[in-house]
Amino acid sequence: MQATNILILILGLGAFAFFLGRGRSLALAKPLGGIRKLHSLPSYYGLHAAMWCSLPPLFLLAMWMMFDDPLINSIVVESVADEIAPTDAASYNLLLNKISNLADGILPRKGESAVLIAAADHMEALRVISRWSLTALMLTLSGLGLLWGWSRISASFRARPVVEKVMQNILLACACLAIFTTVGIVLSVLFESIQFFRSVPIFDFVFGLEWSPQTAIREDQVGSSGSFGAVPLFVGTLLVSAVAMVVAVPVGLMSAIYLAEYASKSVRTYAKPALEILAGIPTVVYGFFAALTVAPFLRDLGASFGLSVSSESALAAGGVMGVMIIPFISSLADDVITAVPQSMRDGSLAMGATHSETVRRVIIPAALPGIVGGVMLAISRAIGETMIVVMAAGMAAKLTANPLESVTTVTVQIVTLLTGDQEFDSPKTLAAFALGLMLFTVTLLLNIFALHIVKKYREQYD
Amino acid sequence: MTESVNNLDKIKQSLSRRNRAEKRFRWYGRLAIFIGLAAVMVLFTDIISKGHGAFRITYIELEVTYDQDRIGVENLTDPEQLANGNWEALSKAALRNEFNDVSGRRDKRKLYGLISSGAGFDLKDRLLANPLLLGETEKVWILADDDIDTYYKSWLDGESYAARMSAKQLQWIDELHAQGKIRLQFNSNLFTRGDSREPEQAGIRGAVMGSLLTLILTLLLSFPIGVSAAIYLEEFAPRNRWTDFIEVNINNLAAVPSIIFGLLGLAIFINFFHIPRSVPIVGGLVLTLMTLPTIIITSRAAIKSVPPSIREAALGMGASKYQVVLHHVLPLSLPGMLTGAIIGMAQALGESAPLLMIGMVAFIVDIPAGFSDPATVLPVQIFLWADSPERAFIEKTSAAIMVLLSFLIIMNTVAVWLRKRLERRW
Repeated sequence: MQATNILILILGLGAFAFFLGRGRSLALAKPLGGIRKLHSLPSYYGLHAAMWCSLPPLFLLAMWMMFDDPLINSIVVESVADEIAPTDAASYNLLLNKISNLADGILPRKGESAVLIAAADHMEALRVISRWSLTALMLTLSGLGLLWGWSRISASFRARPVVEKVMQNILLACACLAIFTTVGIVLSVLFESIQFFRSVPIFDFVFGLEWSPQTAIREDQVGSSGSFGAVPLFVGTLLVSAVAMVVAVPVGLMSAIYLAEYASKSVRTYAKPALEILAGIPTVVYGFFAALTVAPFLRDLGASFGLSVSSESALAAGGVMGVMIIPFISSLADDVITAVPQSMRDGSLAMGATHSETVRRVIIPAALPGIVGGVMLAISRAIGETMIVVMAAGMAAKLTANPLESVTTVTVQIVTLLTGDQEFDSPKTLAAFALGLMLFTVTLLLNIFALHIVKKYREQYD
Repeated sequence: MTESVNNLDKIKQSLSRRNRAEKRFRWYGRLAIFIGLAAVMVLFTDIISKGHGAFRITYIELEVTYDQDRIGVENLTDPEQLANGNWEALSKAALRNEFNDVSGRRDKRKLYGLISSGAGFDLKDRLLANPLLLGETEKVWILADDDIDTYYKSWLDGESYAARMSAKQLQWIDELHAQGKIRLQFNSNLFTRGDSREPEQAGIRGAVMGSLLTLILTLLLSFPIGVSAAIYLEEFAPRNRWTDFIEVNINNLAAVPSIIFGLLGLAIFINFFHIPRSVPIVGGLVLTLMTLPTIIITSRAAIKSVPPSIREAALGMGASKYQVVLHHVLPLSLPGMLTGAIIGMAQALGESAPLLMIGMVAFIVDIPAGFSDPATVLPVQIFLWADSPERAFIEKTSAAIMVLLSFLIIMNTVAVWLRKRLERRW
């Protein structure tokens, strides 16, 4: 039986158990003089029975799905190890894939060796056994749970606290998912990165000046030595982010100031949501806009001034990214500017300062920590932005600070290294995870620092 | 005394300068707002002006004879014969019939290039829908090739783009136009077909279905989990280091670059759990992890806005803590949570970077029907088309963007409407 079918069956059994448990508690209550004589409401007895009936099998299902495939694989490979012993991890995976495809009927069986066909049959048989024993075990467990839940129902049984305890644990597990996600991210990028740093020294990676991740397929190949010096990528990322900030910070900040300090209420109600539209547009749309409209426009504009602008210039990608970040900065800055106490404004105005002097000399300095925090969050966003640079920035890793040239960024390289078909353990794919580790670390530090500043600032005026 | 007069003069002298600075400052602010709004306008007009053409596509009228010998099919119910039938022969014959003075291999190839390479299969579908047509002749509007489509549209607009056309082809189009045998029709292929290498046959149906499946899974997983986490953190969590740690984690996850979630999905779901690539299951799982922080944060804000008096009243009536939450707090904060969920879903709908990592960028022609069919999503389809060299794909890409943006606008409008309509002020 398919996993989804089992799932539906178990949930159905759970619903059945609910009504059974509820019905039994009602039947028990009748001779005693109504449900007042029960400890808990009838639905709690029902829920209690349903939990016993469905939670243990669901747990079993999850465990089973995690472990049955690797177990079957190792048994099958073990059984053919006498004839074809896999020498390393790559050939092991290759063998496994072949057997599994033969078993699924994806590969034709004609012309394959008898050993492989036997292994495929073996695998198929094991899978059938696994599926049926899982179904049988789950149904047994479910039935036993139902019986147990049913037998415990009595007028004095305290069903509600038990049910609430279980619910509390489920809620806690949901909240802890955030921690698991973080741990998952750290572990997944860390493990692959450590593997990568075994073949490429970490020093060469962080400080190396040349990035050409093509590794040689044949020993004697020319020009594909595969050098993994990430400095050009870092410089490219910084360049694009810097261009983005040059666009986003002044525009975002000034529009926040205008909206918070000068604009009439009607302007504010229309201009603010209109600016927020920019934040809701998917990044792939910005990428398309940058690659097909802004970049050719800049190239032609440069040509008319006699400048040679690359058609994948950092300026186009960064400029459009800056536009994307405008509402982000403006809404964060708006929050901190409106949080500055009115008394400070009044004090400055009363001393004879003009409105703009008040803004520049009093409000901005008072709001500065919050603004800096917001800008740092924006920088972390610019560094991690992917689609715009994938579509509008280049692929070639050049070490340059000229925004008119094409540069490549960390995220572009992660995408190019990981899309397309390649084996998983080559340094090329592992390099993507090492880049991911750098990206995650840098953005995490920026975020923690920025959130800390913003929080501290909020406390100051609250 | 004289000194204070001096000061007054100084202030008076500087006053006009300061007022000018004030005015300038105001104009900087207006300029900044203007730049932002101009960016919105430019973006939308650019996309719409590039993409509006894709909703109509060129068709050419030809007289087709469903000649049994030419197709090589005797029995229309035999699938093997149908698969082997020479369907293109029908459209080719019709073209030769229309322009009977064309000879020579090169000219013939140009002639056949007038119509889409999939025209034969369209004729096959037409014949299968109405088997009585076999042996008959009828006038059919046949899909034109993408180069012809690009040229014809640009020619109608008055600035013809003929870079990929031969002189003969231009002449034929002129003839067809003079006879009224070439026209623009509503491009239904765009909404009913999957991806294709041929721009005129490519549609977004597959990508829309992929997005829909992925989003359904994301919503089914992230909404219950997110709301449960928010309830726990707001209503039950003791104030200790553990809950602080959870909170820090949630806030940080909200700011982690989306591509990192793609790496997570690749390493854990695909390489560790061996879920196949390119399927909506993995996409849904990755997007769930990505949208969870948003949903948790908005749900917590919604729970916070329910006044404590309601909880106290319920507790006073003898409700347990869980009954308070399930019967009172949850229903009252649901509108806010739904708004958050819709905004989270809109975010997930527009997201493409993490999905590139887990292989949802494959070229997939079939329209996915289930959670484990290979699929792509709308933003990734846009990315793929934007990369294609054919000029006609620019138009398609813009049209796909218009569809994506209209989905997003609808979702956000619903969210705003929900908030205005259902949210209660206490």
